[in-house]
Amino acid sequence: MEFFERFAIPHPSIAIYASMVAAGLTMIAVIAGLTYFKKWGYLWREWITTVDHKRIGIMYLISALLMLFRGGVDAIMMRAQLAVPENKLLDAQHYNEIFTTHGVVMILFMAMPFIIFFMNFVVPLQIGARDVAFPRLNALSFWLFFMGAMLFNISFMVGGSPDAGWTSYFPLADGESVGSHYYMIAIQIAGIGTLMTGINFITTILKMRAPGMTLMKMPMFTWASLITSVIIVFAFPVLTVALAMGTMDLLFGTQFFTLDNGGMAMLWANLFWVWGHPEVYILILPAFGIYSEIISTFSRRNLYGYKSMVGSMVLISLLSFVVWAHHFFTMGQGAFANSIFSITTMAIAVPTGVKIFNWLLTLWKGKIEFTTPMLYSTLFIPLFTLGGVTGVMLAMSAADYQYHNTMFLVAHFHNVIIPGVVFAMLAGLTFYWPKMFGFMLNEKIGKWTAWLLSIGFLLAFMPMYVTGLDGQARRMYTYSESTGFGPLNMVSFIGAAIMAVGFVLIVYNIYYSVRYASRDISADPWDARTLEWATHTPVPEYNFAITPEVASSEALWDVKKKDHVLFKGDYEKIHMPNNSGVPFIMSCIFFAWGFSLVFSLWIPAIITTIGIFVCMTLRSFEKDHGHYISVKEIEDTESELRGA
Amino acid sequence: MKIDHSLPLEYSTEENRLKIFGFWIFLGAEIMLFATLFASYFTLYNRTGSGPNGAEIFHITPVLLETILLLTSSFTIGLGVHAMRLGRQKAMMGFFVVTLLLGLAFLGVEIFEFVTYVHEGAGLQTSAFTSILLTTLGTHGAHVTVGLFWGLYILIQVKRDGLTPETGNKSFIFSLYWHFLDVVWIFIFSFIYLKGMM
Repeated sequence: MEFFERFAIPHPSIAIYASMVAAGLTMIAVIAGLTYFKKWGYLWREWITTVDHKRIGIMYLISALLMLFRGGVDAIMMRAQLAVPENKLLDAQHYNEIFTTHGVVMILFMAMPFIIFFMNFVVPLQIGARDVAFPRLNALSFWLFFMGAMLFNISFMVGGSPDAGWTSYFPLADGESVGSHYYMIAIQIAGIGTLMTGINFITTILKMRAPGMTLMKMPMFTWASLITSVIIVFAFPVLTVALAMGTMDLLFGTQFFTLDNGGMAMLWANLFWVWGHPEVYILILPAFGIYSEIISTFSRRNLYGYKSMVGSMVLISLLSFVVWAHHFFTMGQGAFANSIFSITTMAIAVPTGVKIFNWLLTLWKGKIEFTTPMLYSTLFIPLFTLGGVTGVMLAMSAADYQYHNTMFLVAHFHNVIIPGVVFAMLAGLTFYWPKMFGFMLNEKIGKWTAWLLSIGFLLAFMPMYVTGLDGQARRMYTYSESTGFGPLNMVSFIGAAIMAVGFVLIVYNIYYSVRYASRDISADPWDARTLEWATHTPVPEYNFAITPEVASSEALWDVKKKDHVLFKGDYEKIHMPNNSGVPFIMSCIFFAWGFSLVFSLWIPAIITTIGIFVCMTLRSFEKDHGHYISVKEIEDTESELRGA
Repeated sequence: MKIDHSLPLEYSTEENRLKIFGFWIFLGAEIMLFATLFASYFTLYNRTGSGPNGAEIFHITPVLLETILLLTSSFTIGLGVHAMRLGRQKAMMGFFVVTLLLGLAFLGVEIFEFVTYVHEGAGLQTSAFTSILLTTLGTHGAHVTVGLFWGLYILIQVKRDGLTPETGNKSFIFSLYWHFLDVVWIFIFSFIYLKGMM
């Protein structure tokens, strides 16, 4: 029995046991359903082994939505606990675990896969390519991310969740329970997947663009994806090293971040934020790209200031690497260092401001059409600017002594992430939904959702600015009545509940549209401007039967307005990559490897390590030349899609 | 698959060109990885706690030996790629075998060096300095170990298939990796060992 004691949860509660039962029942239901409808073969052939960027994208989307609800439940629990003073809903330990998993899940397992979903689904279509540069590696990226996310998500049921915050500062992140082990290892596995995504997309975008698409004729979302990928490739190795050092401290007793024998806990904080701050821009730049596409589409105008848009993103990406110390102004690095990081931080407001003005000037004199994606985008501009302004407040290092570790900070970063990233994800989801699934999401429900989320957001987070300035500390599981924070925290809870209704409406919208939406839509239902709308819906496996030839950054728009011709020449046979089960199997072994390390099970850890290397060896010796789609098959597919 | 004969073997197909480009990007990520390790090393190198410092444990002989072995192996793999471009499979394989043997010898000396450190009381858990020293050296050593297996696999494939665009591409990419490890070693030699011995 002693062996199994390590898997027990250190602070059990009814809620955790209930979620265990729920998770168990869901698993049984999924397995029974797949067996009953005989879908195992379909699942394996069409999804698990796929290397198609569109399907991998959709799998990223599904994971991101699942994680959105996981993280959302954490958020509701926190707001419910804080709704009234001296609440007994959660105890301190449980609260610590919940704000930690909320942060990690939302940033790394919700927002990251959501942007990578867009990169996967949109970028190859937008540049007129048949797939990404390394389709098999892309599948491996997805499955590593997925297994990392799953490993992290079982933590609250097996062994206990991390409880040291999403930043997991040492020495708080001690080895008291296995929570911090989960943190270090699960994020490591997912992070390796993300790094490979970055490499893949840099190569794809730089080397596989359609003829005629020079760098300065790339659509803005592709530009954003390119810059994001560059940031990924330069930021994620820092995280890899930091997590490896943290893992070694916890598992092997090294002295990197310890308190004696020369260890230096601040090294973790520095390394974490050298990755962590660029990470913020990894999330926001693709969001900016999506807004650029949507605003220009529904203003019926070319994007204003294309070159300055590109320039500002490049500048943001450079600045993102030189601001990390603003996350710990109060930790004693001195006035000189603080001043420098204050200035670099404030400097970021300049290129971001340029982008805001460019969007406004795109709207100026445009024929604006308020579809759901456009509604999100126009709500984004004022709400995000508010968050940006409080960001500049926080950037002032002297003033930061007042804001540091208060709810003011919590309000600030939710104020940039929710209207900035989450709204972009939902706008983009609505925008690209017809391209993925061949029908549109309901506009009326969509607009209700957008308004509910905006109002809920304002109610939830504006009060935090006030309580934060009044000194309410973040990450405290309760507060006394005499502080007077009670009423405003109740308003926050109501706002959070309204947001929850908004997120449930998204699910209802999907259900409603699946049942009632018209399937009779064109391949370009929004009257859009770029190449992804120039191919059929649903998009055939090979994306474009004939590689398009591009003459401007608004390739499809110019076809409509200036008689450009995209598709010249005849069909030729198309070379496509083969499916493979190895990425999935290898990632499963990674999961087992991670689990073994979390619980210091050395023999399984050694066996799985060997397993991973065996997979790599097999890949090295494998001869996989892909397959060809014949001209006849292309003709059949094309005539069928044109007829439909 | 379209093969462009005007280009060197390793660049002759579209897929090959993509792979070489992608690998360069990967090396960019590797540079960041080692840069982070070096930055951490410079932060921690005089935080020796109750353990020894660099001057007390570094010995010039094994380090110099390792340097000579690895630098020579970088030269021989360059000759190997040159032979490959001339289409001389036997010579290419010979140079690759020499490269891998030199790599193996390097690894042997490094393991001997690690054992010595532990005997001299500079283990992984001794101090922040020894932790980061052994982690940085160990990361490089792990890369060399992976490279030995990888190079061996490629040799077997060249023997099995001859010099094709595919095996040529793999060999060339492997040579990029190997040269990169050599560059990292030059930094380790200069900024960890020589600086530590001064």
